[in-house]
Amino acid sequence: MTTEVLIGRSRGRDFLDGARVGLPVVVASMPFAVLFGALAVENGFTVFEATLMSALVFGGASQMVGLELFGKNIAPWLVVLAIFAVNFRHVLYSATIGRRLAHWPIAHQAVAYFLLTDPQFAETEWRAESGRPASFVWYLGMGATIYVPWVIESGLGAMFGKLIPDTHVLGIDFLLPIYFLGMVMSFRKRPFWLPIVLASGIASILAYKLIGSPWHVPVGAIVGVTLGAFLLPAGKKTPTT
Amino acid sequence: MSTNVWIIVAAAVVTYLTRIGGHLVLSRFDKLHPRVEAALNAVPAAVLISLLAPSLVVAGPAEIAALVVAGVVSLRFGPLTMFLTGAAVLIALRQIIG
Repeated sequence: MTTEVLIGRSRGRDFLDGARVGLPVVVASMPFAVLFGALAVENGFTVFEATLMSALVFGGASQMVGLELFGKNIAPWLVVLAIFAVNFRHVLYSATIGRRLAHWPIAHQAVAYFLLTDPQFAETEWRAESGRPASFVWYLGMGATIYVPWVIESGLGAMFGKLIPDTHVLGIDFLLPIYFLGMVMSFRKRPFWLPIVLASGIASILAYKLIGSPWHVPVGAIVGVTLGAFLLPAGKKTPTT
Repeated sequence: MSTNVWIIVAAAVVTYLTRIGGHLVLSRFDKLHPRVEAALNAVPAAVLISLLAPSLVVAGPAEIAALVVAGVVSLRFGPLTMFLTGAAVLIALRQIIG
């Protein structure tokens, strides 16, 4: 048996390992992909545009936010800014995960950063911590397993979403707040989560009433993030004090 | 190309910048300033609650009940269970209350 065959086999196993880690994410994200497609068409997208957005942006919450603003006659740059704001958390993922990927070829890193989602980040960090550094093939196995169904399901949702007869009775119009609440709750172990959530929430409601949409998003975000910077976790005092 | 397509392409570009930018910019520093780190830690919850908050003002009993149940479920279960339970409560109550 040649070395090449051995490498080929271990690569195949790495890919399948990654794919297996990606499977639960496929199940969990399926309703959101279909929902995105259906809502996109409801907000004036074509099936092509809905599928294109999933294929190019590949970020559930930010795509939903984009839709939320699309239907409301808001300047295009503000829609893009809101999507940027929602995706801004990836900057931290990217900075953290950079140490794990730095030895890969540049082209592999470029692909890897495109596929960098919340679960991809968490699983890669966990794998590296447990002493089995993530290979590109493993990473691709997980990323592609999440990406391909995400794009296909968005397209299907866009094509067949209008078959849903009464969106109010089915609760479609209020599914997004429930989804966002779930994401807010998932970060509750972070330092000062409650004061940050309260400050941002109140600021957002005030901005919504006083200035109007979509300014509640940046105003609420800036208030919470500033408070977060102000309230340092214990033991992390600035070096000068 | 339509305006929508241009917005999608621009959104894709800024999203990719966030995914690669942290590595390109922050990896130049050996250590993040604790306040920068604390601010970045606050980003997801702050942004997401800001998106959600205005819908709390217009929510009726069915919507509030769905959010409360979803919030409680999320303390114990994963996001999918939380989402499906919240949606089930919402749909059930809307059939009754309207």
